[in-house]
Amino acid sequence: MKNTFIIGNIPVSDTSVPLVSTMLKSEDYLGAVMVRWGINRDNYLVSPGLYAFGSPGPTSDVFVTANYKLSFDTLRKNLSGVNGWILVLDTRGVNVWCAAGKGTFGTKELVSRIKLVSLDKIVNHKRIILPQLGATGIAAHIVKEESGFNVHYGPVRASDIKRFIDDGYRSDKKMRRVTFGFEDRLKLIPNDFIYGKFYLLGAMAVIFIISGLTRTGFSYRDFSGEGGPAILNVFLAYLSGIVITPMSLPYIPARTFSLKGFYTGAIVFLFLLFLNLAGSNAFEIISWFLIITAISSFLAMNFTGSSTYTSLSGVKKEMKISLPLQISFAISGIIFQVIGKLN
Amino acid sequence: MKDLLYLPDVVTLKLYEETCNGCGMCIKVCPHDVFELSGGKAHIIRRDYCMECGACQLNCPVNAIMVNSGVGCAAGIINGILNNTEPSCGCSDSNSNCC
Repeated sequence: MKNTFIIGNIPVSDTSVPLVSTMLKSEDYLGAVMVRWGINRDNYLVSPGLYAFGSPGPTSDVFVTANYKLSFDTLRKNLSGVNGWILVLDTRGVNVWCAAGKGTFGTKELVSRIKLVSLDKIVNHKRIILPQLGATGIAAHIVKEESGFNVHYGPVRASDIKRFIDDGYRSDKKMRRVTFGFEDRLKLIPNDFIYGKFYLLGAMAVIFIISGLTRTGFSYRDFSGEGGPAILNVFLAYLSGIVITPMSLPYIPARTFSLKGFYTGAIVFLFLLFLNLAGSNAFEIISWFLIITAISSFLAMNFTGSSTYTSLSGVKKEMKISLPLQISFAISGIIFQVIGKLN
Repeated sequence: MKDLLYLPDVVTLKLYEETCNGCGMCIKVCPHDVFELSGGKAHIIRRDYCMECGACQLNCPVNAIMVNSGVGCAAGIINGILNNTEPSCGCSDSNSNCC
């Protein structure tokens, strides 16, 4: 990747530090849109190491981030008008919170990166600012022990950084709190939508094959008659789990994501039933209910991983009940579908 | 916007108040305001909002907090079952939608 965000070099002690712009360019915005859609997502990174922005000196602040370019860009964009240093850790192109959860945005990497760039020769203070969500991977007191640097956890959102500095390196309650608003959820959907494409195509293929079943063998005389609507139903079940449920998450009256997805799937089913698209006999109708709710519930359950408030213990508890139900719904749905076709 | 609440009474978070030195680090790192400092000690005030990220445990200098931390991610748990490992979303591996 061409590093067009580097606009110069700043000589410090016996080395030179690349200077980065705090203004994003159209290609940075384009890259951000692309990774949201899963394009080049696993290779959207910047080189780990030290960068400068503004006109920093030995008293300037040091901000630590991950080497996922989206994280790096979000940080530098919010530092315009400030002078300082950015220390990029090697998180293999993963954002701060996820990398912290995996330990790559971690104590060991931070301590060794501080030594690698000789941070003590760049600045004359012992203050480094980390995003609060990095705390899942960093033990501040151990960083202090091993590097001498004091970790200051900044706000959750980079957009609060200037306020954090102005308030004397303090975050208030609101700056510390992770939210999961409509916009946050909306940003995640394209990637989830693209991610599940093979499951979607697989499910569509299975349902298409079944839709051609007749008592005398397979028949695909009329695509719009059988296979088309069947594929559409599966697609709507997919949308229900991956788009509709996440979008309406706080408004669906259920705690578990699988139940939320089940409800949304049931509504989609009723909608199709109303349009006379949910099968032509009782077996097919029951089958569509089972298949659509199973798909929607399972996919909605997977959104726990994208959400910012589900716990491991909670998801395990949820899955213990939901996963067997989803599987039996899917299997019996397919059996009913076949019976319905041969009926 | 109101806080989203997941399942009640499931989290494994434990705070040993007798060990706590009241440094307030857990309050600084918690993304869901689970703790409060009063009388020189931290207290759990919003247990059900805990997402078991483990930041408080890791940053507690006196080991007064215990939590079975990990990813609250169904795909990660399925990955863990299939690969016989700890639940883990494959964020840094290719193909992943987790987090």
